[in-house]
Amino acid sequence: MAAAMPLALLVLLLLGPRGWCLAEPPRDSLREELVITPLPSGDVAATFQFRTRWDSELQREGDTDHYFLRYAVLPREVVCTENLTPWKKLLPCSSKAGLSVLLKADRLFHTSYHSQAVHIRPVCRNARCTSISWELRQTLSVVFDAFITGQGKKDWSLFRMFSRTLTEPCPLASESRVYVDITNYNQDNETLEVNPPPTTTYQDIILGTRKTYAIYDLLDTAMINNSRNLNIQLKWKRPPENEAPPVPFLHAQRYVSGYGLQKGELSTLLYNTHPYRAFPVLLLDTVPWYLRLYVHTLTITSKGKENKPSYIHYQPAQDRLQPHLLEMLIQLPANSVTKVSIQFERALLKWTEYTPDPNHGFYVSPSVLSALVPSVVAAKPVDWEESPLFNSLFPVSDGSNYFVRLYTEPLLVNLPTPDFSMPYNVICLTCTVVAVCYGSFYNLLTRTFHIEEPRTGSLAKRLANLIRRARGVPPL
Amino acid sequence: MGLLSDPVRRRALARLVLRLNAPLCVLSYVAGIAWFLALVFPPLTQRTYMSENAMGSTMVEEQFAGGDRARAFARDFAAHRKKSGALPVAWLERTMRSAGLEVHTQSFSRKLPFPDETHERYMVSGTNVYGILRAPRAASTESLVLTVPCGSDSTNSQAVGLLLALAAHFRGQIYWAKDIIFLVTEHDLLGTEAWLEAYHDVNVTGMQSSPLQGRAGAIQAAVALELSSDVVTSLDVAVEGLNGQLPNLDLLNLFQTFCQKGGLLCTLQGKLQPQDWTSLDGPLQGLQTLLLMVLRQASGRPHGSHGLFLRYRVEALTLRGINSFRQYKYDLVAVGKALEGMFRKLNHLLERLHQSFFLYLLPALSRFVSIGLYMPAAGFLLLVLGLKALELWMQLHEAEVGLEEPGGAPGPSVPLPPSQGVGLASLVAPLLISQAMGLALYVLPVLGQHVATQHFPVAEAEAVVLTLLAIYAAGLALPHNTHRVVSTQAPDRGWMALKLVALIYLALQLGCIALTNFSLGFLLATTMVPAAALAKPHGPRTLYAALLVLTSPAATLLGSLFLWRELQEAPLSLAEGWQLFLAALAQGVLEHHTYGALLFPLLSLGLYPCWLLFWNVLFWK
Repeated sequence: MAAAMPLALLVLLLLGPRGWCLAEPPRDSLREELVITPLPSGDVAATFQFRTRWDSELQREGDTDHYFLRYAVLPREVVCTENLTPWKKLLPCSSKAGLSVLLKADRLFHTSYHSQAVHIRPVCRNARCTSISWELRQTLSVVFDAFITGQGKKDWSLFRMFSRTLTEPCPLASESRVYVDITNYNQDNETLEVNPPPTTTYQDIILGTRKTYAIYDLLDTAMINNSRNLNIQLKWKRPPENEAPPVPFLHAQRYVSGYGLQKGELSTLLYNTHPYRAFPVLLLDTVPWYLRLYVHTLTITSKGKENKPSYIHYQPAQDRLQPHLLEMLIQLPANSVTKVSIQFERALLKWTEYTPDPNHGFYVSPSVLSALVPSVVAAKPVDWEESPLFNSLFPVSDGSNYFVRLYTEPLLVNLPTPDFSMPYNVICLTCTVVAVCYGSFYNLLTRTFHIEEPRTGSLAKRLANLIRRARGVPPL
Repeated sequence: MGLLSDPVRRRALARLVLRLNAPLCVLSYVAGIAWFLALVFPPLTQRTYMSENAMGSTMVEEQFAGGDRARAFARDFAAHRKKSGALPVAWLERTMRSAGLEVHTQSFSRKLPFPDETHERYMVSGTNVYGILRAPRAASTESLVLTVPCGSDSTNSQAVGLLLALAAHFRGQIYWAKDIIFLVTEHDLLGTEAWLEAYHDVNVTGMQSSPLQGRAGAIQAAVALELSSDVVTSLDVAVEGLNGQLPNLDLLNLFQTFCQKGGLLCTLQGKLQPQDWTSLDGPLQGLQTLLLMVLRQASGRPHGSHGLFLRYRVEALTLRGINSFRQYKYDLVAVGKALEGMFRKLNHLLERLHQSFFLYLLPALSRFVSIGLYMPAAGFLLLVLGLKALELWMQLHEAEVGLEEPGGAPGPSVPLPPSQGVGLASLVAPLLISQAMGLALYVLPVLGQHVATQHFPVAEAEAVVLTLLAIYAAGLALPHNTHRVVSTQAPDRGWMALKLVALIYLALQLGCIALTNFSLGFLLATTMVPAAALAKPHGPRTLYAALLVLTSPAATLLGSLFLWRELQEAPLSLAEGWQLFLAALAQGVLEHHTYGALLFPLLSLGLYPCWLLFWNVLFWK
């Protein structure tokens, strides 16, 4: 369980150096919010964020020493209720009140995407950073499949998605809000309808496009007291057409090419669909050692021409110790597909090194793409403390571009696998027997045999023969 | 070992082998054939059983009920196809997208080496359409494929309808752990080959195609579907793939399980499976099915678009809906339910299908013969070649010793006598000439088709086939009088050495073929071994020559065609047989170039030159 490690760390941090009972009650501040965004594909994404901040005696130890920076990745982890329950217990109101009422496992796990995270970090309490607070941020993003939950319709309501409605805010929360993306909601009110009608809206630039959100504040007493519960609904009056959804400016695809169990090729396709702006991308790849990369076969082509990366860092693998690490800065031309490919050979593992399901294949972790993507609309720098929490998910470096980090899909690579069964032993045994037999048979077949008369001569005869040979006379 | 290292006993053993050689050879040949025939009887043929734990029980509740929907889709598809005259790409894209799939298209084009007259195509360009059902909360690392090949002669509208209806049904389910790719290919197998090559980003056959926009990880299994009627009487399953590759037996077991569960009538090679294996009737019927399978596997053709998946280690089979005159018919719901069950079971797979057999023969749908049991049949046949080679080797050796003895210089350390050196040198010319003939047979027909069409009133395809036959026949007429330098002392030594080399060459080739494609190896061994063993320049030469011609690779092909149609209960007349033979030659060459089938190069570069060597032996002067 990957969740176990961060949890242990968290408990340590919560207890502090002197233990839980001695610590002063921390001055908490909790902000929670839910952002609901209809996706271009017709699905609905819901992102929960809970931020707890508390002052602590536990101090940060200087700056991070990048020499000790480590990167590790687990290519696959199955998400299940076992991950959700301890995660929910970290919330101050657990799942009793506030937005966390909606966290019902059987609905959350009927979704088509699920991502759950715990972030903990120190935050400066003042400008000189003499004292710090700790910030615990929990996020959960799910994508509801419109085809499964909505029977083909794209309308949604909180109840239909979570089989729950909001009843009361968490008493500990200083802020508890629901944001609904109503960017297509124009003044003439024609395309969609939100119910209850929002009292306030919020506009921002998210990932380079202007977005409008309706805000429902749970701490606003009027919001809940009217009907004892809040069930936000959205109805499309003119459903959007069944067209292929628009593609983002930067997206990527990764696959293994070739067939057979000896060689293969890792290919990553990087798409820049921006009509006129080129931008650089930092590509980070870790490949397990049992895929032996041939670095001289690394080719990067875009638009049919070779693309020379401006920076390459490569750390070769060591068998059983360390994976390959390949980091490159690649310029993506406007409106192009860049193909990064590198050939590899599949290594033979020792027979104890195979996993219990060797024929499933071995996972290769996703490559990580980091880029500053040029935006269409200029964004204003914002004050992080005042803006909604979800803004920090999409950090903006300056007005003209925004930061994106993408993970490609993990890969499943088959290695040459012996048949770990009775026939395998039989083959080993027969091979040994055949090898032994072959040697002696070959020996016999290639040798000619002659009958040699047994030596009957005595010492005297041999001596005589020696003398005769010395004289050049035929022996007796 | 003591037996061989003792010179006296060794000589006795050698005498035994020499004296009993002919009976031993006959015995071994008969044993090989008898063993093969015995494969259909119960101790050698076993019941199939599911080895894969993840697919163990059939506790899947099939809920597919979209029969009307499938028929409506099929009607629309047929109408659009008729209107546009090609695959209705836009309609397919729209329909798949409205079913909630992620849809992509791929265009491809291929210029065949010469016009394909059976399918009437030369410059081919088309578009494949595929939709991916993304499994919820999975990372697209594994996928399954359901594919329908649409060709000019096979419309497969009902299969497309069923595919779309199944896609719509599957999309509404939450339990998928692997992505499912719904693939409709144009120009049947050419489209499938283009798609597979693009998916794996390789270029094996010189196909030009646009790169794929969407992928779904490693493909675990694939099912190809061919249906051209609203109701079916039975489902036929095809397993033989390119170059005789077979899918894992568990996939076939899975299909058979759902056939039984749904009460569907399922056939193999178009034959129902016999019920009674205790009497003689069952095994005899099984023998028919087995022979049909051997013939189809030996041809090395992909029998359905599943055959191309096997190269990429994707277990695949083709299901064909048959609509005959039987009373009881099944509608699309029954077929859809079987497919749903199979996909749900494949969805459970934790590892690739690997538990069960990859090398097997099928005398019936629920009976199989494993490699350990059928291999001795080929082994016995190849033993004949070994025995014959041993005899020749000993005779050569004895002749050598016999030559030396009168000379009266029994020096054991004397280097090889010069006569043997001449013998080996005399072998080089026939070997080179026959190999050159083989190379000409492989290269010239396709290369020289334009020259041929300019000078003779024939079409390209005809030109290729006729050139093929002409070169083949020219090989027989070549004056093999390159062995003038043979020493006069031992006139027999020359042909014996040549035959020895030819026997070993043939045995090696057949052994290698039998290991990879048993059916082809066994078929060739059955026909070529007797003539190869008998060929010598003495005795009834015309009889030997007739036998040799009758068992040459081309004659084997012709004979196999007649046997195949005989077993299918559609016997051929001689003229039809000849037409079919010419078509098969053209198809063989074409399939080598378009899909990478290995039968044509194997015959022209390997077995034909080897067979020419025996011809050479027979006419040794």
